[in-house]
Amino acid sequence: MHYHWNWTIFWDLTPEGTGTYLHTLWVGLMWTLATALSAWVIALVLGSILGVIRTAPRKWAAAIGNGYVELFRNIPLLVQMFLWFFVMPELLPGRLGDAVKQMPPPWASFVPAVLCLGFFTAARVAEQVRAGIQALPRGQGMAGTALGLTLPQTYRYVLLPMAFRVILPPLTSEFLNIIKNSSVALTIGVVELTAAARTMQEFSFQVFEAFTAATLIYIVVNIAVVFAMRRVEQRVAIPGFIGPVLKTATH
Amino acid sequence: MLGQFDFGVIARNLPYLLKVGMTFTLTLTALVVVGGVIFGTLLAMMRLSSFRPLSIVATAYINLMRSVPLVLVIFWFYFLVPYIGAWIIGASTPVKVGAFLSSVITFTMFEAAYYAEIMRAGIQSIPRGQVWAGYALGLNYWQTMGKIVLPQAFRNMVPILLTQTIVMFQDTSLVYVLSITDFLGAASKVAERDGRLVEMYLFVALVYFIMCIAGSYLVRRLQRRVAIIH
Repeated sequence: MHYHWNWTIFWDLTPEGTGTYLHTLWVGLMWTLATALSAWVIALVLGSILGVIRTAPRKWAAAIGNGYVELFRNIPLLVQMFLWFFVMPELLPGRLGDAVKQMPPPWASFVPAVLCLGFFTAARVAEQVRAGIQALPRGQGMAGTALGLTLPQTYRYVLLPMAFRVILPPLTSEFLNIIKNSSVALTIGVVELTAAARTMQEFSFQVFEAFTAATLIYIVVNIAVVFAMRRVEQRVAIPGFIGPVLKTATH
Repeated sequence: MLGQFDFGVIARNLPYLLKVGMTFTLTLTALVVVGGVIFGTLLAMMRLSSFRPLSIVATAYINLMRSVPLVLVIFWFYFLVPYIGAWIIGASTPVKVGAFLSSVITFTMFEAAYYAEIMRAGIQSIPRGQVWAGYALGLNYWQTMGKIVLPQAFRNMVPILLTQTIVMFQDTSLVYVLSITDFLGAASKVAERDGRLVEMYLFVALVYFIMCIAGSYLVRRLQRRVAIIH
């Protein structure tokens, strides 16, 4: 059992001549964060809309929301990734399809990856937003209506400000999930952190150093997000309420 | 618009997709459920142990597995398992581990962390008085756990364990990164060979969708039947 450890490998230059292996991992981390953050914007906006319409008193609107969640939760993320990357450009009408296919290298895989992760995570955010709204006492919505607020106003000024505070912890774990899930984008060519570790392993043959570094970076990012979100929770907490407790979703 | 597509490619390759691909996916899922729940339950018991070092190790393991992406874990084990194998049998070179065994080990180790958290919740939902009652009757730790706590915890958690299993069933498609021929891998090989990406991937999505929807429906029905009201 011979494995030659070489922890100084990170300061060696890559054969591509673009910098050290450490730099490769750093660039990978940046792509991971760029993918996750861009997708998070889509997920949060779309997920909130879907979550709201699932609780709205319109049957057909709730049905659309529920259908969306079922669709995106019951197809594996990797298959969705392939649908966005391989299938979507073929199904788009002529010009638009060609434009998508002719995107230059990093964007040709980055854009589908962001769309995929965004729409996938929106289903999970929608589920949390719905749970958050339904966790509020029914009287709150009724009080809003009794005060003469319209339905959109009731959501905007009464329900959502409370619901979002309640679901901050599960939203944090969804954000952590989107960072982890962005690694699936390596299958369509996004050189994010895991792919960068793979590249490093293939060039340097130092498998375990490369993966250890990637693992540590993921852990550090995780801890940073958890701490940042805890600060946010404290900032927006409403005095007089016990810290919100909700079941968090799985990975 | 769909005229340029040839959906016959699915029918022609169906035996291969199901016999080779889906068999792999389902076998892997079945083995990982069993292995993952057993290892996960042990992890949960360790995590809840009053013996600090044991609970620290289990907590660290669970948190580690939950904070790294599955894709990275798959790569980790793919390279690590041959070395561990060599260490166990005392060989001087890394042992060759087949793709299937490697996937089973990887997913069992990874999913165990998620099953462990579910089982922990299950164990913690049992009133503490039952444990004391067990000890008062003269049962030891393993008897109390095995005969009183775990059967109830397991029963209460079956729906959540199954829901997690549906998630895991979807996650097994990630063995694609090791070029393994699971259901998605088989479809992707046909797709690349025949240049029928659109047809094959839409078909794969549809099959996964139907299977997972059916699975969730059965879980919901089961949930209503097994629910114990405390």
